[in-house]
Amino acid sequence: MSDIADRVKKIVVEHLGVEEDKVTETASFIDDLGADSLDTVELVMAFEEEFGIEIPDDAAETIQTFGDAVKFITEAA
Amino acid sequence: MFDLTGKTALVTGASGGIGAEIARVLHGAGATVALSGTRVAPLEALAAELGGRAHVLVCNLSDPAEVEGLVKRAAEAMGSVDVLVNNAGITKDGLAMRMSDEDWQSVIDVNLTATFRLCRAALRGMMKARWGRIVNISSVVGTTGNGGQVNYAASKAGMVGLSKSLAAEVASRGITVNCVAPGFIETAMTEKLNEAQRGAILGAVPAGRMGSAQEIAAAVLYLASAEAGYVTGATLHVNGGMAMI
Repeated sequence: MSDIADRVKKIVVEHLGVEEDKVTETASFIDDLGADSLDTVELVMAFEEEFGIEIPDDAAETIQTFGDAVKFITEAA
Repeated sequence: MFDLTGKTALVTGASGGIGAEIARVLHGAGATVALSGTRVAPLEALAAELGGRAHVLVCNLSDPAEVEGLVKRAAEAMGSVDVLVNNAGITKDGLAMRMSDEDWQSVIDVNLTATFRLCRAALRGMMKARWGRIVNISSVVGTTGNGGQVNYAASKAGMVGLSKSLAAEVASRGITVNCVAPGFIETAMTEKLNEAQRGAILGAVPAGRMGSAQEIAAAVLYLASAEAGYVTGATLHVNGGMAMI
């Protein structure tokens, strides 16, 4: 797994308090990992800080799964 | 009770009578305070009076860019913004039929839109800290209405709706959002009233007197405290009984 994916996973695990093996490529933050809408905002904020990037609102809306997040950040970072 | 030691508070409109007293009381409870306002001299004087733990941040809330930067400047000065008191407000009174778009808009911009922007900016740090207190200073006329103040009353009623909605959004993160709604308070503004005007006002207040800035500040201190953690989306009316709502 890439360095970016590791760092994203660490944030998701810490923030949502889920088991690491639940955070799979297709795991949806809301449907599978128990996030509410405010959690998704906080995750995006945490990603922005960790990777020093800006994630605009319209892009944030497309980040539904762990895989989406890694893909977006890999392209943006 | 109501100890704010180690907390940081940003108070807008701190150069005015009520805002200055809010800052004094929060500071007296142990908080580090950021004093925001448009007039430098009274802010500097207040900071000098408070001694340590006070920062002056001059800011014109009718300028969107300055509003956006204010919370950041406060966080840089104090390390965080744990408590936000949106106290700054202006009036541009006049009958609705003769009110210009400018007088409508400028009151909405400063009283309501700047409040929203400051809340939005402050929430980021509060969400991370899992603790925050936002106290918006509304007014009794936001609930009762007042002839000659369609703009002001709309802005103050808007603050209540804003606060309730925001309270629902962030309650799960340990952040509360409440309003304090003053009635007639002794300030530089009310000192200008003549005896007849004062008499008419006091006739409508069961307490038979105007309120003091200290009585508003005490309500703010309560809502800013850890003890008020289960109070959110509320409006605390401090009006001597002139409107029991």
